[in-house]
Amino acid sequence: MQSNGNSTVLKIDGLTKFFGGLRAVHDFDVDIKESELVGLIGPNGAGKTTIFNMITGIYPVSSGRVMFQNNNITDLPAHEVTHLGIGRTFQNIRIFPKLTVLDNVRVAYHPHASYNVFDGILRSPRFGRGEKEMTDRARQFLSVFGLEKYQDSLASNLPYGEQRRMEIARALATEPDLLLLDEPAAGMNPGEIVELMDLIHFIRDRFDLTILLIEHQMRVVMGICEWITVIDFGEIIARGTPKEIQNNPKVIEAYLGSRAAEELK
Amino acid sequence: MKSLHRIPTWVQALIFFLVVGVVVQMAFAQGWLSEYWQQILMAGTILAVSALGLNLKYGYGGLFAIGHAAFYGIGAYASALVTKDWTTQWSGSPVGGLAGLLGIEAGFIAAAVVISLLDIGHRRRRLRERLEELVSPFEASVLTTTLTILVAGVILVVVGGGVGWLVRRAVLAVGPSLFGVLPEAIAQQVVFLVALIAGAILAALVGFVVGLPLLNLTYDYLCIATLGFGIITYVFFNNADQLIPTMKGARGMVAIPRLTTWPWVLGVFAVAIIVMRNFIYSSTGRAILAVRDDLTAADTMGINSYQYKVLAYTVGCAYAGLAGGLYAHLYAFLHPSNFTWLKSIDPFVMVVFGGVGSMTGTTMGAYVFVTLLEGLRVLPAELIDWRYVIYPLILLFVMLFRPQGIMGTSELGFLKRPKAAAEEPEKVSASEKATSESTASGSEG
Repeated sequence: MQSNGNSTVLKIDGLTKFFGGLRAVHDFDVDIKESELVGLIGPNGAGKTTIFNMITGIYPVSSGRVMFQNNNITDLPAHEVTHLGIGRTFQNIRIFPKLTVLDNVRVAYHPHASYNVFDGILRSPRFGRGEKEMTDRARQFLSVFGLEKYQDSLASNLPYGEQRRMEIARALATEPDLLLLDEPAAGMNPGEIVELMDLIHFIRDRFDLTILLIEHQMRVVMGICEWITVIDFGEIIARGTPKEIQNNPKVIEAYLGSRAAEELK
Repeated sequence: MKSLHRIPTWVQALIFFLVVGVVVQMAFAQGWLSEYWQQILMAGTILAVSALGLNLKYGYGGLFAIGHAAFYGIGAYASALVTKDWTTQWSGSPVGGLAGLLGIEAGFIAAAVVISLLDIGHRRRRLRERLEELVSPFEASVLTTTLTILVAGVILVVVGGGVGWLVRRAVLAVGPSLFGVLPEAIAQQVVFLVALIAGAILAALVGFVVGLPLLNLTYDYLCIATLGFGIITYVFFNNADQLIPTMKGARGMVAIPRLTTWPWVLGVFAVAIIVMRNFIYSSTGRAILAVRDDLTAADTMGINSYQYKVLAYTVGCAYAGLAGGLYAHLYAFLHPSNFTWLKSIDPFVMVVFGGVGSMTGTTMGAYVFVTLLEGLRVLPAELIDWRYVIYPLILLFVMLFRPQGIMGTSELGFLKRPKAAAEEPEKVSASEKATSESTASGSEG
């Protein structure tokens, strides 16, 4: 499976989404190879998050096909997509506010729990072993992200930046091969953004991940992505390395408007 | 307090229930408590079991489902039919009621297994998505929901009916000789236990089958749909004598054996609350809480949220049915008016008053509720009608000044959430924990 170089992890063909009469995404395609770090950018409302939601089975697909590691995952329910190895974070953080930080991460191990509900009720030895294993693994993740000191506090009491980190830790705990990050730098200050960029590089190497990233902050995208796809009004308008994208007139037009693009020439 | 934490949780629970059980039993035997207060104490404990079930649905599961009283009633009538048959043989055989009940349950289980093998929930979603390309989303939703209920109904009748008939014949054949080997008094207690469990299982099964199509709904929509089921059940109880004459319909079922005693009530309550604690503080419990907190996020954690909603709802209904069985054998009289949808509000009051998502709070809520309604009868005769002023006013003030309920989401004693930390050095310091807790209650308040 692993280390055979550049096999395709995610392949999307002709992905289209209609909300009633509104065409949110039109004929989107992408081909992501193993351990690449790819950016997906575009102005507000371009359909980036809709694409994420279709990949992860939260929205049904209007037409098109999503292939993940040679499995057709089009329209699979969200939990099954996760089982196959796609983890994600959300643009507006979606933590479990009334669970502790440790439990937020431990939830990710539930589908692989080594004990069943009756072991839990009877507190059998299997329950003890399974629970200890989950707890130890969750703690490891927390310590990688520097969150272990918060483990017993409610997730809703964490500072914003820590909540974002916890959400990434939780997504990684599902043991994904592909990680989808939806605007991880939203609401962060420049210092935190630098830290985040280091973190993304670090988790990719440490956990052998392929990463697809939505981002508004050009610094993040330009700084860490190997190549970038730009969409506007649901359609791909450009694709290439960060350098190419920066100088692409269509991208400048999409972000700054056509008059500004004229003036820049 | 440090030394208390070294005692294993199950020993703490055992000591607690032994002490409470013996003290109260002594108070009963010595006549320190009048028969009236004995009944209130038992009724409060029974309602606590029922409210624990609603707390699982609403507090832990986040399911705003009215209709808890329907499941309370199902458990009550079902278990009463079993025990009453043992003494009066209304169906012609001492195990006739039991055979019928077990037949229905086996039929339900067989139907449920078939339904789950067919993966109906999933198919329904797929069908709706396909239909949305042809008709409007609204029509697609209506069509698929109707179709789902229809298909589930057909499976229930065909598969359930067949299996149920076989099981009923089997129980009728071997039941009398099975119970016949025991002395009469013991046999009756055994029958009571079987009746309680069978009643709880029936409530759970009905909840499961009702929940399957309904639990795709959220909030108010789920509330209205489950309310509808509550009304259907009430109408059924009112006219049940058409089906089973012994249930007496609107006249009320009488002469149910008075088998509910303090040891039974406390024993059932102890088992119920310990099972609930262990259930909710397990991986499965965490999954239920995660689905409550954020359904979409839970799905992306690999949790099939729909499945856990159905689980929470079904187990919650089982608790209602179990409590209903005890209730039926406490007063020896059942009337449909005790199971109207209005009675479904009562456990809500207990849960919200005590603390949504707190077992301690829910139990306290049940006792406060019973004490306020029944206990205020000690008021002088000219003030007694003020009960219905005093009790709502108390609720009003609690909600105004402590909207999270008496306990909030906190627990006492052995019901506390086990801390994961302990052996690690980097646990949260006491001061940090205190601030986090104060901000938690602050944000709720």
